[in-house]
Amino acid sequence: MSENNIISPENLVYSKTEVMTDRVLHYCPGCGHGTAHRMLAEAIDELGIQGDTIGVAPVGCSVLAYYYFNVDMQEAAHGRAPAVATGIKRVFPEKYVFTYQGDGDLAAIGTAETIHACNRGENILIVFINNGIYGMTGGQMAPTTLPGMKSSTSPRGRDVKTMGNPLKITELIAQLPGTYFVTRQSVHTPGNVRKTKRALKKAMEYQKLNKGTCFVEIVANCPSGWKMTPVQSNKWMEEHMFPFYPLGDIKVPE
Amino acid sequence: MARKGDVVIDIEKCKGCEVCLAACPEEVLALSNEVNSKGYHYTVKVNANCIGCANCAVVCPDAVITVYREKK
Repeated sequence: MSENNIISPENLVYSKTEVMTDRVLHYCPGCGHGTAHRMLAEAIDELGIQGDTIGVAPVGCSVLAYYYFNVDMQEAAHGRAPAVATGIKRVFPEKYVFTYQGDGDLAAIGTAETIHACNRGENILIVFINNGIYGMTGGQMAPTTLPGMKSSTSPRGRDVKTMGNPLKITELIAQLPGTYFVTRQSVHTPGNVRKTKRALKKAMEYQKLNKGTCFVEIVANCPSGWKMTPVQSNKWMEEHMFPFYPLGDIKVPE
Repeated sequence: MARKGDVVIDIEKCKGCEVCLAACPEEVLALSNEVNSKGYHYTVKVNANCIGCANCAVVCPDAVITVYREKK
């Protein structure tokens, strides 16, 4: 069979999902946000709930998420996405509502909203992208920055004596009775990307059960903020981020 | 023998991050010497060893790769 015959519609095995728009992503080359967006979009596509999904975009690198998801989207004030999603879900309880937030949005300015939405057990999906840094504003130290990790505001590395300890907000949230499914995934290898999609799909499906908040953390890279190439940053993430933020399910429904 | 596959790359959207190169088990992909209109070196196919596993497309942050695989 010649190569030309392979490229035909009946042989198609993978193409961009319709739940993502055709707009070019503004993210830096190699950024995990693009893959995380696409996995969430594919989960929505495979569940066939595109018309019934409402997303809430955060402030941060992913502030323009509403351009990329081909579903109804709402922009929230910085850190307030879980509160906005609470309102949307209570008005439209039959819709699937998700928030998509970075660590600066969810674990810093929005800690109160995140914890209280999860503690109330709001029936929403929170997608949390953790790259351990404030990527959008120039790589400053975030609550999730690792001990000893260099950032533009901790140039000699984070010293926990003066700068405090990193916040494992996902573990914190798993303690709350309002959460139903809490997991930590990544999108740096094909295997991990597929696992992330399964987790997101499961979390979306759980909304039908009305059992509580689903929380999916995705540990991601920030090549620009970490000052590495994308491939180096993925390797660095495996070596440094995963020992502190181990992948896997933290709270699973019984 | 493994089934043959092929990839189509949207070179204008590619940002040359090389994540797909690291994910390809058959070393089919490489970075071009030329640049696209945004100034990025883009991914190109350099041999015909593609097996259509779609690993490159799955990890591509910008969803520029479409994968085809021949039927059994």
